[in-house]
Amino acid sequence: MNAFWIILTGSLVATCCSLLGCYLILRRMAMVGDAISHAVLPGIVIAFLVTGSRDSMPMLIGAGLLGVITTFLIEFFHRYARVQADASIGVTFTWLFAIGIILISVFAGQVDLDQDCVLYGEIAYVPLDLWITEGNLNYGPRTVWTLGFVTLLIILFITIGYKELFLTTFDPAFAAAIGFSTSLWYYLLMTAVSLTTVASFESVGAILVVAFLVAPPATAYLLTDNFKVMLILSVMLGILASAAGYFLAVWMDGSIAGAIATVAGIEFTLVFLFSPTKGQLLRRRQVAPARQPEEALA
Amino acid sequence: MIVQVDNPVVEVHDLTVSYDRKPVLWDIDLTLPAGALVGVIGPNGAGKSTLIKAMMDLLPTSSGYVRIFNEPIKQVHKRISYVPQRESVDWDFPASVFDVVLMGRYGNLGLFRGPRKADKDAAMEALEKVNMQSFANRQISQLSGGQQQRVFLARALAQNADVYFMDEPFAGVDIATETAIIELLRQMRAQGKTVIVVHHDLQSAADYFDWVVLLNMRLVASGPTEKVLTQELLEQTYGGKLTVLSKVGDLLRKQEFPARETKV
Ligand SMILES: Nc1ncnc2c1ncn2[C@@H]1O[C@H](COP(=O)(O)OP(=O)(O)O)[C@@H](O)[C@H]1O
Ligand SMILES: [Mg+2]
Repeated sequence: MNAFWIILTGSLVATCCSLLGCYLILRRMAMVGDAISHAVLPGIVIAFLVTGSRDSMPMLIGAGLLGVITTFLIEFFHRYARVQADASIGVTFTWLFAIGIILISVFAGQVDLDQDCVLYGEIAYVPLDLWITEGNLNYGPRTVWTLGFVTLLIILFITIGYKELFLTTFDPAFAAAIGFSTSLWYYLLMTAVSLTTVASFESVGAILVVAFLVAPPATAYLLTDNFKVMLILSVMLGILASAAGYFLAVWMDGSIAGAIATVAGIEFTLVFLFSPTKGQLLRRRQVAPARQPEEALA
Repeated sequence: MIVQVDNPVVEVHDLTVSYDRKPVLWDIDLTLPAGALVGVIGPNGAGKSTLIKAMMDLLPTSSGYVRIFNEPIKQVHKRISYVPQRESVDWDFPASVFDVVLMGRYGNLGLFRGPRKADKDAAMEALEKVNMQSFANRQISQLSGGQQQRVFLARALAQNADVYFMDEPFAGVDIATETAIIELLRQMRAQGKTVIVVHHDLQSAADYFDWVVLLNMRLVASGPTEKVLTQELLEQTYGGKLTVLSKVGDLLRKQEFPARETKV
């Protein structure tokens, strides 16, 4: 039963992250996911200090807010201070993450959190924190319920906003010209990333979140030229990594999160080498049409 | 030499646009007539792209305003379409030609609503107009420059707007595509649409456009082609180096002609 709960948890996180990650990598913003997953730390700590509980709801709200603040700050430094996008991401999240660490160390006595747990999580403990009602009904691990709810929200978001997200990701200028608010969809996407990060951090940790945000989408990108197929494939790759990673960890008697991230990396490497269309080894050799001189001039 | 018209389709009033507080367009004041093919011409970095983006409200402006059909842009998005510079998007994006053309219909759909059969038919019809119907399922990464431009044009056509803004639609396309595009633009004009085209080739400008806007950070001229494309105004726009420029242009054109793409 434990194996089931752990793999289910991993799969739920993989689903949310892989779906959102597809948009992030196509917007060339994969590292924003990295930034958000670290920068939410002070939000989590403050929510914890204010409410004094490890309830998911205040933490989700606290971290969600910080995630949105992070994206605002990144945009702000980039746009108004004219700092390069990657530098602006780097400054923002290291600074916020550092504040989170200071908060943890200052309030060490009161905060039952440590930075290791935030970075690496502990998916092995998922089955221990059960949701048991007064009538002694056992609904399974709490985390699974929180993550299940978030996964539902993300799937709903992507279904409802499918065409808007697709259009604003591919061609934001055209989208704005015909009347879509590109910043609205950008911030909605970033809020979704923040929400996912917070819901997942306790169980799988920030590093696995980043791995799921980038590796399965990047792998799926190498396998298909169809965006819907890319979304579905990346979810499947993420779930496969969760299951295979779990058994790898059991076999090695090692960290589950680490093993899952490793499998995701192996998937990418295999596809990178052997993808029928874009792989390095088996690619059907296509003769690229030579660039016309006039194109070079234009 | 700035000719104003009555009942303009586009009215730009005292427009100044800056990047980082450094103005790149100063005090632009112009009106464009309905049903015209308008060329926006000027040297590299003159602010041509900036001007059409500002006309569509894609950039914050330092001062001034733009009206389209005598209304603020927010009211008329559905009547506006845009053909961005080809390089402005990632052509390795996982999408097919048809996916991209269908985007032209998105503005008319509400939230929650995907494209319906009528939208798909309109997209297919637009592809036929640019002679790309057999490419509908092709990945956009597998298109030549001229084909990419046709796809962008088809997307705008599918929208069935009233004003079209096009940024360098003739840049880097083969001669067959250029002819096909100008033919389409003329048909659109015949249907009463207004098409505003950023263009950098002076030779063809006189032939293509009814109305020309000469730009070099400031507005040099705006008016009917025959009044505006004069040696004097062009020299003002290109800073007196026009003879050099056009000679170089002639040479290049002769050299590259045989190398043009013939693939349609
Ligand atoms: N996003 C931007 N940020 C800062 N400067 C810009 C930006 N876009 C354009 N510019 C500058 O504004 C000027 C006009 O650019 P643009 O409108 O692209 O010219 P054109 O299309 O006529 O070649 C150029 O000097 C260019 O360097
Ligand atoms: Mg330009």
